[in-house]
Order: sequence, then C-alpha cells, then structure tokens
Amino acid sequence: MSHAVLPAEGGTEVRTERAHAEGAARFQDVILPHLDAAHNLARYLSGDATAAEDIVQEAYLRAFRAFGQFRGGSSKAWILTIVRNCHLNWRADQQRRANIEPLESMSHADDPAFEDADISERADLPREEITPETILAQRMEADEVRLVLAGLPEAFREALVLRELECLSYREISDVTSIPIGTVMSRLARARAIFATAWRQRLAAGKKPR
Amino acid sequence: MIRPCAEWNLLLHGYADGELDAANALKFEQHLGSCGGCAAELQRVMALKQAIAQDQVSWPASPALKERVAAALRRETSMRSALPAVAGTSLLSRLFDHVRRWSLVPSMAILAAGVFLMLARPETGMSLQDELVASHVRSLLANHLTDVETSDQHTVKPWFTGKIDFSPPVVDLASRGFPLVGGRVDYVGGRVVAALIYRRNGHVINVFIWPSLTASNATMEREGYNLVNWKQAELSIWLVSDLNPVELKEFKEDFAETAPK
Repeated sequence: MSHAVLPAEGGTEVRTERAHAEGAARFQDVILPHLDAAHNLARYLSGDATAAEDIVQEAYLRAFRAFGQFRGGSSKAWILTIVRNCHLNWRADQQRRANIEPLESMSHADDPAFEDADISERADLPREEITPETILAQRMEADEVRLVLAGLPEAFREALVLRELECLSYREISDVTSIPIGTVMSRLARARAIFATAWRQRLAAGKKPR
Repeated sequence: MIRPCAEWNLLLHGYADGELDAANALKFEQHLGSCGGCAAELQRVMALKQAIAQDQVSWPASPALKERVAAALRRETSMRSALPAVAGTSLLSRLFDHVRRWSLVPSMAILAAGVFLMLARPETGMSLQDELVASHVRSLLANHLTDVETSDQHTVKPWFTGKIDFSPPVVDLASRGFPLVGGRVDYVGGRVVAALIYRRNGHVINVFIWPSLTASNATMEREGYNLVNWKQAELSIWLVSDLNPVELKEFKEDFAETAPK
C-alpha cells in the first residue's frame, strides 16, 4: 500500500484522500439512484423539459459538494430538497431576466391541449351528469393525468408529485417542503379535490380527438 | 348521492395514505362502517391515487441526462483531485497535490455552506413548549405514536437501552386508569428524548423525559394542549395532552409517586 512509504505527517492527508474517495463511492450508491425522482420533480415544478435537466444537473453538483453534510435519514428527501431549491433559484433567475409576470400564470399558455381544462361549463352538457362515479368509470390516460397535474397550482402539484409519484411519507414531504406535517395532510386533501375538479372539467369539455 | 362528512375529510386522506396511527385508523374505520358517504369518498380517493400513480405519469431522467450528470460528477471529481498531468508524477505527490488543492479552495467550502444554509429549516424561535406540543401533535397525526407498542412496562424499558443515554422510568399506571400504550424516541430541544405514551379514555398523554438539572415545576396551556413539567431523579419530565388539567394533574401525581425518586 502506498501509505506505507509516506512520511509520518502524511497520514492524515491520506486518510482525507481516502475519505473523499469513499464519499464519492457512497454518493454513487446513495444519491445517484434518485436521478429519476429528481428529474420527475424538476420537470413537474418547472414545466419545462430543458430547464428540468439543467436543474437536475445543478442539484447533483451541489449535492455532491455538500454530501459531507448529509447526516443519514432519507437520502431521497435530501436530494429532492436540493432539487426544489435549485428550481426556486432557476425561477427567480427567469423572472429577473425576463422581468415578466410570474411564470405560474403563463406556463401553459402555449399548450393548446391544456386549454380544455379551463373550460368549466358547457351548455350542451348538464353538469349534474358528471358525477364523481363517472370519473371512476372513465380510465384516465397517463398523458392526460400529466396535463391535469401540470395545470394545478404549484404547491398542490408538488404535494401530489412527492406523495403519489415519489411515495414520500408525510414526514419526508414536510422535510422537503419545510411545511408542518399537519399542513402536508391538509394540502394533499385539497390537492386531490382540485385535481378531481380539474379532471371533471376536462371530461365536461369533451376529450380531444387524438 | 350521500355526501362525505367534512369533519372526517382530513382523517380520510391520512387513512388513504396509510399515515394514521393505530388509534386514529381504528376510529376512522369504525366511522367508515356506518357512513356510506365517506366509504364512497374513500373509494374515489383511492382510485384517484391509482390514476396518478400509474406508469407513464412520471418523467424519468433520459439516458442523455444520466450521462450528462455522470460526466459533470466526473469533472467535479477530477477537479478535486486535479493533477498536473505530468508524466511520471508519483502517486505520492499527486496525492499531496490533490489534498493541497482541495484544502486551499475556499470556494468549495462556501458552496457547501450555501447548500447547507438552504437546507436549514426555519425552525428558529420555537420555544421548548412549542416543540413539545408540535411533537405531541405530530405523534397523533403521522403514523408515529409509538416505536414499541406494548402495555408491558418490562418490554418498554429495555427497548430504550442503547437508543438513549439514560434510563427513563417506565411505570404501570393501568390500575389508576392510565394504561401504557408504548414508547418511542423523539427529538426535542436539540436532543434525543424518551417519550412514553399513556392513555386516558380517548385521550393520549405524551410523557417526554430527558436528563436535566434545570427543570422547574410548571403547568401551562398552549394551543389547547395542557403541559405539565417537573423534575424527578435528575430527569426533566414533561406531559403534553389534550386531557383536562385536573386529570392530567392526577396523572402527574400517580406517575411521580410510582417512579423512582
């Protein structure tokens, strides 16, 4: 082994070196597997395919540099917290640069399929006929679920993505979003109600031929 | 159709997510048996959860992104161990270069600190009492009332061994109308503490215990919860419960009398 030939004072430095190598290896094992989750969250938060990839890369670099501060616990919640922060930075940048109104209000302006969700009433289709039961009967296609999710206000979209897609516990969601656990529960309840309403409106507006 | 009950709505979602503790789950199941509106609503919520969780709703990372991140991390690693690529450089000097470079790049530390600060949660300004109440509420809301669930004090006490650096008094008060539910380890006031859980009728009493020399005798009310604090055998003991002050005081006296002085 190389350290056998080192002068005595080199000992700690070699250990530091080895610690770095071990840290990098542990990062590979512990954090890298969450790349899909990181991208999923970044994609749903930003609503932008290109930005999502930039956010993920930035988040992973930061996570790699700060990995020494990771104190165990949920590695997934840890990396998703960093992704969330990187998204906030990205959006602040966007707004500074463009000096326009918040992205939230325009993120789907260019998505024609999405306009349907905004039509709440149609004269030729009495609302009473669309009961929650018929929603159940109707199989929701994955790409339509994506569209409805994308149209939810950010806080609710985030809660549903973390819970239903990433399967985080309330406690982990509370850690990622810095909101109390009780608020996580009420936000999810509200998010599902909003999702169901948006879905109902989509049905009422009639499906687009595909 | 029968409307679901508004007052059960939150518990319904907690139940659908499997996040209720045993007591609340049981309570909700009993209600479910007698309420068609909530039963139908639960079905709808479960269907909604399934619809969202189906395949193809998530956006997985593309192979290109995976490669991009791997490459960025490789660059980062080689920057850390940046070696002047001189042929014949010994492993030894490369190691030293690496270490010197690493320790002399303060920007790394600043970046790391930046991430650390972003992660720090805004929990400053929370008093110990607030933390205790928050911990009590959390133990009821989330599925985390107990880590070890048993009414046997002789099971609970050894369970704490090795998890905390002191030995909390675990006493049997079932004969006084306060059955032991279990114990768990919690984190309050910047330290790991023991929490014992007792019940009085439908009420939960969280007993937080940690070593302290500075505990005082106090009774207070916060956000609708009653708190009682006293010191016994070098331990600070806090009770938090929605139980009325009279019965909570009774519990305190029974606990203090039975526990070692």
